[in-house]
Amino acid sequence: MQGKTAGEYEIKLGRLPTLTGKPTHYCAGCEHGVLTRLIANAIEELDVREKTVLVDSVGCSVFAHDYINVDAVQAAHGRAPAVMTGIKRVRPDLLVFAVQGDGDAVSIGLLELVYAANRGEPITVFLVNNAIYGMTGGQMAPTTPTGMVTTTTPRGRDLKDTGPPLDATKLLAGLEGPSYVKRVLLPIVPIGSSELYSARGSLEGAKSVLNAFKVQQMGGFSFVEFVSTCSINWKMSILDSKKYASEVLTKIFPPGLYKDKMGIEKK
Amino acid sequence: MKTEKEFVKGNEALALGALKAGMNAYFAYPITPSSEVPETLAREFKSPEYPEFKIFLQAASELEAINMVIGAASTGAKVMTATSGPGFSLKQEGISYGAAMEIPFLVVDVNRAGPGLGNLGPEQSDYFQATKGGGHGGYRNIVLAPNSVQEMAAFPGLGFSLAFKHRCPVVILADAFLGQLKEDIVFPKITQEKFETPWAATGARGGERHVIASLNLDFADQSSHAEHLMSKYEEVDMMEQRSEGYLTSDAEVVLVAYGVVSRLCRRAVNELRAKGVRAGLFRPVTLSPFPTKELKALVDRGIKKFIVVELNMGQMVFDVRLAVEGRGSVDLIHKLGGLLPASSDIVRRVEMVSR
Repeated sequence: MQGKTAGEYEIKLGRLPTLTGKPTHYCAGCEHGVLTRLIANAIEELDVREKTVLVDSVGCSVFAHDYINVDAVQAAHGRAPAVMTGIKRVRPDLLVFAVQGDGDAVSIGLLELVYAANRGEPITVFLVNNAIYGMTGGQMAPTTPTGMVTTTTPRGRDLKDTGPPLDATKLLAGLEGPSYVKRVLLPIVPIGSSELYSARGSLEGAKSVLNAFKVQQMGGFSFVEFVSTCSINWKMSILDSKKYASEVLTKIFPPGLYKDKMGIEKK
Repeated sequence: MKTEKEFVKGNEALALGALKAGMNAYFAYPITPSSEVPETLAREFKSPEYPEFKIFLQAASELEAINMVIGAASTGAKVMTATSGPGFSLKQEGISYGAAMEIPFLVVDVNRAGPGLGNLGPEQSDYFQATKGGGHGGYRNIVLAPNSVQEMAAFPGLGFSLAFKHRCPVVILADAFLGQLKEDIVFPKITQEKFETPWAATGARGGERHVIASLNLDFADQSSHAEHLMSKYEEVDMMEQRSEGYLTSDAEVVLVAYGVVSRLCRRAVNELRAKGVRAGLFRPVTLSPFPTKELKALVDRGIKKFIVVELNMGQMVFDVRLAVEGRGSVDLIHKLGGLLPASSDIVRRVEMVSR
């Protein structure tokens, strides 16, 4: 956290005007709800609720507009970065962002993501990577770890058959276009072998969401991947899934700041 | 000043017509025989003559382009994209979402021969795809069929007007011949219409927000949305049918054709008249809504012989048969693969039928 205190990235508690207050459809233990609040928090911090357009992607975040109380356009599966480009080009004064899943962004929508990033389109993509197709019921995603059992890899994902997990963060960080590329482990993390958990990921997430929006306002493409969980489709308890994310997924998808052209994290 | 004639290619006229109608944004992907549209627009981009033309962007795919159209059109801007057959297939995704979310925009299909890659010659084989929905789910596009370079220039303005009036995607269905044809035209004097777009997603001004979405998991919600769309299409059907008749008042046999084929048929009608055959021409200008009312009026007047001439395996002929309702004969003359029928072929067939 580079010496930043929690207070600098305060997460406001209670009802935020940028949230509709509607109970979410997200499963217990899912990080989508956490991210929803972090986004609302950042929009209020920047005071841009009336100048923001959210683009819904297809997957568990398809109803993001039900919870985040801003203007919204719903994109087809994978096309959110293209829809965002259309909005942002015509209305550069707006803050435009999407919450995409790993199936949406890294599989069917990889072209749209890569080209928006390569153009350095001043938009923001938040990728919730839970290593599986959540909403459709637990099929293999491009991000599924080798060996993981899913409904379409009942004998475990076979590297020889479907290739290794695809790392979108690394891919985008290798392009000229993006200004801010970061990966954050969002779930709570067990501390040692105790019953205690750290919610550091939420604070790091809050900071990253805010920075991503600031980078967009400065004219850059920003992308934050949130390594997340899907306990329901992983067929694990919620706490086991948190452990799996921190112990297994972070090996495949190491958290860190991959690109920060504008030095926003140093400001 | 600009009243003198200009010698312009169809695709170029269409691009300039869109600019004169105040188009704000164009999202491009190259495909023959439509590429002169983005090429013309790229050339004119940032020209002081078209201050409203703010965005020209070449996308990485047809899908990316149509979804950029969706985004830009969601803000209430006047947006267009053009393509040809194989690309038009890819556009269907966006057109379906545009129909569902009631976003106005223009898609131009410079129809080439198909299926598959086919070739670069003219066909009218995307008629079904353009007029019957084309993408998934039930919806209707408004489809305009120009038959001259003059109309290529005029129809973008008409298209924007209809798209914003009814809040739906509008398709301009041209063909490879019209796209590549050069003719003398006079650019129409277009008053750039300003459309009210209180639905646009441009920020929750004054607290009230705008949600443009197509997912309605509740069956009752989706049902009422679909019923709303259906009643809109019925209204469009009532209000927007457009057609042209040529020498139909005393005709015994009427050719039905649109696009470039209607030009050939007009010539065939003249040749037939010179031979004493009372032939006429009915030309749909809107393919959807199909101009059933005017066609029915011809049947009501006692015309019993219709011959549809089209560059496909017979697609519009079904709409003509629906309109004629079995009260007359409806024959088909077709041509495929990029070829056009000679007017002498048409004359011969009409003589056979009218005998």
